[in-house]
Amino acid sequence: MRLLTTERGGKLTVALAGELDHHGAREAARKLEESLEAAMPRECVLDLGGLKFMDSSGIAIILRLYKRLQAIGGRLTVVNVPDQPMRVLDASGIDRMIRIEAEQNQ
Amino acid sequence: MKEQNCVKMEFPSRSVNEGYARAAVGAFAAQLDMTLTELNDVKTAVSEAVTNAIVHGYPEGPGTVTLRLRILEGDTLEVQVKDKGRGIEDVDKAREPLFTTGGEDRSGMGFTIMESFMDSVKVRSKPGSGTAVTMRKRVARRNHAR
Repeated sequence: MRLLTTERGGKLTVALAGELDHHGAREAARKLEESLEAAMPRECVLDLGGLKFMDSSGIAIILRLYKRLQAIGGRLTVVNVPDQPMRVLDASGIDRMIRIEAEQNQ
Repeated sequence: MKEQNCVKMEFPSRSVNEGYARAAVGAFAAQLDMTLTELNDVKTAVSEAVTNAIVHGYPEGPGTVTLRLRILEGDTLEVQVKDKGRGIEDVDKAREPLFTTGGEDRSGMGFTIMESFMDSVKVRSKPGSGTAVTMRKRVARRNHAR
């Protein structure tokens, strides 16, 4: 599980790569918390384009990120979701709460 | 349903083995003519069941998780994930979407995903004795030259 963050003008972009399961999620959650605390962004873009696999552990990560952002008045957009993680997002119904976009608009 | 092939493996309830379980089911299911989507659905369901065994079956330390894979007649894959851990007090409650005892780290969507991605999901559990989740998926027939 790899996580790369970039920040520009109040917008935090977090790119996840690898396999996001329960094993990988713990470290990803810790790094995400650190990035959020440091950046306190108005907008966060979660880029899932590098994911090879995701299960419901990824849903927990996204919901956690969403709640943290809500608490600081920030907004979350999930982008570049590959097919397998998209089926998991669809099954969870999370798309009713969280904005999911096909491609990141710079 | 008549069994055509079967493998059984045991591994300790360490989270690093979640990826192993997915890879194992992927290799075994290759005997069936699955699409990539079907194969990914099975791997996702297995990941959920194995994670449940690790997180909820053995919350206080390592135990043994058993993964049994069977190919049944009629192009059906059966996956059983079994632990001898804590067990589930109320299986119906545990299967409800968003229900979790795992706190913020868990979404409570594990059983919902298993049910969405597999044709059937059966859960047998006894508090103090463990849990067995048995799932089946029939491969859709496709017309192509063999």
